[in-house]
Amino acid sequence: MGIGLVGKASDAVEDCLVKSVDLVGRKTVPAHTNANRPRAAVLDNYPYVRRSLAYWSLSIAGLSAFFGIWWLAAATGLAPPQFLPTPLAVAEKFVQLLHQPFAGYTLQEHLWSSLQRYLMGFGLAVALGVPLGLLMGWFRWLDYVVAPLFEILRFIAPIAWVPFAALWFGTGIGGPVLIIFAGAFSPCVVNAYRGAKFVDAYLVEAARMLGASNRMIVLEVLLPAAMPSIMAGLRVSAGLGWMSLVGAELIVASSGIGYMMVQAQSSINTAIVMSSMIAIGAVGGAIDLLLRKIETLAMRNRRRAK
Amino acid sequence: MRVLSYSPRAWVSVMTLAGALFLWFAATSLSGWINPVVFPTPSETWASFVQIATTGYADGRLDQHIVQSIKLVMLGFGSAAIIGMPLGLWMGRSRYAEAFFNPVFTLIRPIPPLAWIPLAIVWLGLGDAAKVMVIWMAAVVPVVINSFAGVRSIQPQLIEAAEMLGVQRGRFVREVMIPGALPMIFTGLRLSLQSAWTTLVAGELIGAVRGLGHVLTQGSLDIFPSMILVAMLAVAFCGWLMTWALGWLERRAMPWRTAS
Repeated sequence: MGIGLVGKASDAVEDCLVKSVDLVGRKTVPAHTNANRPRAAVLDNYPYVRRSLAYWSLSIAGLSAFFGIWWLAAATGLAPPQFLPTPLAVAEKFVQLLHQPFAGYTLQEHLWSSLQRYLMGFGLAVALGVPLGLLMGWFRWLDYVVAPLFEILRFIAPIAWVPFAALWFGTGIGGPVLIIFAGAFSPCVVNAYRGAKFVDAYLVEAARMLGASNRMIVLEVLLPAAMPSIMAGLRVSAGLGWMSLVGAELIVASSGIGYMMVQAQSSINTAIVMSSMIAIGAVGGAIDLLLRKIETLAMRNRRRAK
Repeated sequence: MRVLSYSPRAWVSVMTLAGALFLWFAATSLSGWINPVVFPTPSETWASFVQIATTGYADGRLDQHIVQSIKLVMLGFGSAAIIGMPLGLWMGRSRYAEAFFNPVFTLIRPIPPLAWIPLAIVWLGLGDAAKVMVIWMAAVVPVVINSFAGVRSIQPQLIEAAEMLGVQRGRFVREVMIPGALPMIFTGLRLSLQSAWTTLVAGELIGAVRGLGHVLTQGSLDIFPSMILVAMLAVAFCGWLMTWALGWLERRAMPWRTAS
């Protein structure tokens, strides 16, 4: 099924490629000239429509190849069903998990407890990391003092904090929060620092000449000027934090989406593992989308000025 | 190699590190303010380091654990780079390849690499194969996306000039596309190396018979804080070492970008 679609679509592409090579711009041929042509060729008059049709059909072909191979491998028994359920079985399981608890809670309850931890860890990382980065960008002595320590901490993979998290907090909420913090902290610091460091020197000099205090320079010059870099850092750190959360919950937690995955894994319930992966991906994507919205909102003044 | 020139920065760094070491010593050994069960003393940490480096801990010496971990990362990362770079370059060059592959990537991309670990364990068990699969998953996405973006970031004038001059396809790829995309490709490689390393440590924490993650787990089970700290420092050291090696490769691969 998948292969047939691919073949068809690539024929359309070949066709389109030949036609669009010598068409520069939106050239349209008068309608009466193609009276003798077959009906399908009407699209030749609109190369853009044709091309975007080719893109769409290719995209659909790509997706159907992906799901088709998955479905074929599962449905023909090439992969045993307990290891690879069909896409449909996974979707059914996903819906079922919404009202039938697994490992103590339903899917949305697991997600909710994960999100609470995540917001705590990520919020803490932003609240400490961004000001630290900004201040390091302004006060040189702070930069000199913090940088070497930070460089050592930065290279410790966030997940390597798991044993200490378990030792310090047991299975309490502190453990996952620490690990999320460890994952999300450094991009916050690094990006705020870079943003503050590469601020236009004239802006800083002008502010100083006009008698701005250190506090005013950090809050009213460096912070807005570093905003694009900070927002980029927040998105990176949100992603890393989300990943660290999953890792933390795989190891130290008694609820949450990662815990649910581990439970499903140990009872070899692949459909639940895959459903959790989908949920994790969806929430991670939603967080990124939300931050992008905030980013455009935070920088709408900047765009208007340009 | 002026590590200790007379710049204030280097001196402050050395002083800070010395001060941090002293604080650590003062807070644990001298005053007993921090319970050694919660955080180890410097002398315990040194003893653990000597122990793992000479007699070994958790079924292996430190060098064996490090070699095991780095070997797995290199297998997963290397195969991801070999498959991901051409795929990304192709997607960058051809809008049709982009249309075909991009939706699948858009679907897979938001799933954090660590979330593949349970699936890999179900499929391949706790051995090396599962870890290589997860590392591959972690590494391939940044490589593909950045190679793709790298090709798109080449100035169109360069591409048009090459096309106008009738450059053959092979030469075009070698002399325009790859050099133009290289900076972004290396960004992707760096990101994917980072996430490969994190993923490996997580994978080994969940189940392994050797490797740094296994040392961490064993230290956690034995409530052996100083060994945990040694393993964490080893994780940081390997992460730094691989980043440095990639940076070296980057400078060798792009000699024209020596300005920075």
